[in-house]
Amino acid sequence: MSSTEDITKTILPRELRQNPLRKIWMPCKNGLPEKHISQRRVCMTNSPTLIVTVGLPARGKTYISKKLTRYLNWIGVPTKEFNVGQYRRECVKIYKSFEFFRPDNEEGLKIRKQCALAALNDVRQYLSVGGGQVAVFDATNTTRERRSTILRFAEQNGYKVFFVESVCEDPDVIAQNIVQVKLGSPDYIDCNTEEAIQDFMKRIKCYENSYQPLDEVLDKDLSYIKVMDVGQRYLVNLVLDHIQSRIVYYLMNIHITPRSIYLCRHGESELNIRGRIGGDSGLSSGGKEFALCLGKFIQEQNIKDLKVWTSQMKRTIQTAEALGMPYEQWKALNEIDAGVCEEMMYEEIQEHYPLEFALRDQDKYRYRYPKGESYEDLVQRLEPVIMELERQENILVICHQAVMRCLLAYFLDKSADELPYLKCPLHTVLKLTPVAYGCKVESIYLNVKAVNTHRDKPENVDISRLPEEALLTVPAHH
Amino acid sequence: MNGSSITQAIVEGPGGGGTVPRYQRPHASVPQFTNSPTMIVLVGLPARGKTYISKKLTRYLNWIGVPTKVFNVGQYRREAVRSYSNFEFFRPDNEEAMKIRKACALSALKDVSAYFTQDHGQVAVFDATNTTRERREVILSFAKEYGYKVFFVESICDDPEIIAENIKQVKLSSPDYVNCDKDEAVADFLKRIECYKVTYVPLDDDCDRNLSYIKIFNVGSRYLVNRVQDHIQSRIVYYLMNIHVTPRTIYLCRHGESDLNLLGRIGGDSGLSSRGNKFAAALGKYIRSQCIPDLKIWTSHMKRTIQTAEAVGVPYEQWKALNEIDAGVCEEMTYEEIQEHYPEEFALRDQDKYRYRYPKGESYEDLVHRLEPVIMELERQENVLVVCHQAVMRCLLAYFLDKSADELPYLKCPLHTVLKLTPVAYGCKVESVFLNVEAVNTHRDRPVNVSVDRDPMDALLTVPDHS
Repeated sequence: MSSTEDITKTILPRELRQNPLRKIWMPCKNGLPEKHISQRRVCMTNSPTLIVTVGLPARGKTYISKKLTRYLNWIGVPTKEFNVGQYRRECVKIYKSFEFFRPDNEEGLKIRKQCALAALNDVRQYLSVGGGQVAVFDATNTTRERRSTILRFAEQNGYKVFFVESVCEDPDVIAQNIVQVKLGSPDYIDCNTEEAIQDFMKRIKCYENSYQPLDEVLDKDLSYIKVMDVGQRYLVNLVLDHIQSRIVYYLMNIHITPRSIYLCRHGESELNIRGRIGGDSGLSSGGKEFALCLGKFIQEQNIKDLKVWTSQMKRTIQTAEALGMPYEQWKALNEIDAGVCEEMMYEEIQEHYPLEFALRDQDKYRYRYPKGESYEDLVQRLEPVIMELERQENILVICHQAVMRCLLAYFLDKSADELPYLKCPLHTVLKLTPVAYGCKVESIYLNVKAVNTHRDKPENVDISRLPEEALLTVPAHH
Repeated sequence: MNGSSITQAIVEGPGGGGTVPRYQRPHASVPQFTNSPTMIVLVGLPARGKTYISKKLTRYLNWIGVPTKVFNVGQYRREAVRSYSNFEFFRPDNEEAMKIRKACALSALKDVSAYFTQDHGQVAVFDATNTTRERREVILSFAKEYGYKVFFVESICDDPEIIAENIKQVKLSSPDYVNCDKDEAVADFLKRIECYKVTYVPLDDDCDRNLSYIKIFNVGSRYLVNRVQDHIQSRIVYYLMNIHVTPRTIYLCRHGESDLNLLGRIGGDSGLSSRGNKFAAALGKYIRSQCIPDLKIWTSHMKRTIQTAEAVGVPYEQWKALNEIDAGVCEEMTYEEIQEHYPEEFALRDQDKYRYRYPKGESYEDLVHRLEPVIMELERQENVLVVCHQAVMRCLLAYFLDKSADELPYLKCPLHTVLKLTPVAYGCKVESVFLNVEAVNTHRDRPVNVSVDRDPMDALLTVPDHS
């Protein structure tokens, strides 16, 4: 075909059908959806990405790996971490002492290399066959030789590689690290604190002599970020694509300063009492009482420099007002938009939109209300909030049920399936404190009665189900 | 309500125990995150892209709602020394010139101060070489005295090709070289750079470890980031790390004419009219004729943009963030109906179209925040065609063409017209390509009377024709 023919050829546009669950328009042929289009998800790279940590022991590699994995999964990028230390523990059932890590311990070196290769094998399974998009290879990877092995592996399999090196010489930070996560490690389960610390320090020494940090000149063609002194300084080299750019941005915003995050919903609202979803109503008398109790609770907690955030809906703002403190409003914290179902009771939704109601029960995370949003949309909308939460220190977020579920899922690493069913009752404050590799949660009920707004997934989610079956799990209301 | 910029509300604490001031721009989607004003201070030899970075960063910050202004010391110098003779002015041993240059820097700093205190600016970009530690000390003392935060942006480049391209793109046309022939100008400029090299002290890992800065190496292949203090600095770093200078073209257009367009109704999720389909086909032809390498196509989640992209025959990505502005209770209404059912809302919208939020809907200001990740990704990308909607396109165009919040909601983005944007020098070249398929006009100008008690006829004066 000549070029002019190409230019004048008219493409016959395909028919579009809207997917009933996600409300996404997809092209179809003979009534069947075609796979040709793509949804804007975070990761539009075709090649999977291998994130490789680099650094001496007790430099926060596992902390970074787990946190990054949690973040990426939350924003919808299937990610998994592969901790080589774990493979070693499975191989060498009992850890005796630092001598295992001596650079002249040939037996030890053999085992450690095998473990690394076993982990890489599992990485390949995950990325090439298991539907993973990002794998985080968590190990010291302190020698150029080990990193070359990994680069070759990645090249063979068509993965992009991004190194995350953590460099830190501050003895206080390292000591704190050891106390927080090493003493509780399976390796030191039968040791007393003193012994454990001593052994671990000798373990670090074993790595020090052969440590070759990523080099500005020798490694100038590699993509990496060097995190120095727990985030005081960063060196970023050759960011190749969107996902690497997001990873860098995230890593540059997290910190390890101790702090607490308080999450709660607005006080009980007028619409809550009537069993209606959404809307922009004010607080009921119970809700107002809660707001005052919340104010008292916050005062008693004596929190240093507490920031308070609300949505732009009346009920969260009314709640914050009772605290007598400055607060900031985020539109992004607004409750999920239920579109045509706004201000309806579940009974009314069943009556007017039984199909929609069933589809929602089938996949509550991805289901989008007609002219509204899905939990999946909510997560995307909340990402800047999470990013700023990471930057902040002590903070109280007064929000809404679906929003709080999304935020909680991020902090507690809950899957997309669990997220829409997390229990976030009214008048209950969740106090989240980062500890070790995760988050400690304290639930504080402020002793002011409120309706239950939690609707469990009913047994029958079929579109042909009876109304009674659909409404079985609707909580009581006026 | 709508229309005021910053209000300060005094809030009574519970039990009357004291008042607390609260600052929030009413109806702003995102809280203000800076309290102290911030000075961004450029550092680097001439022709390292400092002014390019300054202007681009300023444009971005203003677009996301952070009042920002550039202070280019070279401009002050040109006003002080009416005509530029040659590079000798910049010789480090030219005492007379050094005095003038220092005076210019101080004059610019004074204006920075005025910008913060009188004009409610949030960020000032101090665009000069600032290549000596001494000069940077002056700036730091100044900032400390007034309580401003300082963030340095240093651009380091030793690639002679990049520097040559830079000189060609923006120096040859500078007022300094307006009467020079090209080769003379290049020769003189290179000597000018040499003058600075002698005294150039880059930001130092050790000596400057307590300063907040980003060092950009070779147009972004490497970055060194030190001590990011707050939210705005974090956003600036993220932005700087996503921009590039690779030549590329951005095509913006709306979906083809839709059925609701024909009826003069706003919003909704209708399909294309027959003319809209014709446009889609024409768009496909046009795009293919442009022979664009590796073109990415983005649409919204709404049927009409997707139908339009389908006709191009290239894979496209759907972004929910590109959906048209949510008109809330006014969705699918005609302007006449809005006037009939919500005359007050209609008037308020005309009073401040940028900040006005539809009941249960969005404002242009909300749209900008929703579109920020789109802009960030557009910066990362190369050749892209964005098929979107009127309000969305206005927001994107305002970003590329540096339009103010007042101008933005009235930018002309007619149906069936492709805007081809090509970055050039410090800005963007725009070509408007009408694809020769008739469509209704959907542009409603601001009427003269925006008063809440205006006559319906006054309100509807500027409504475009429809069925």
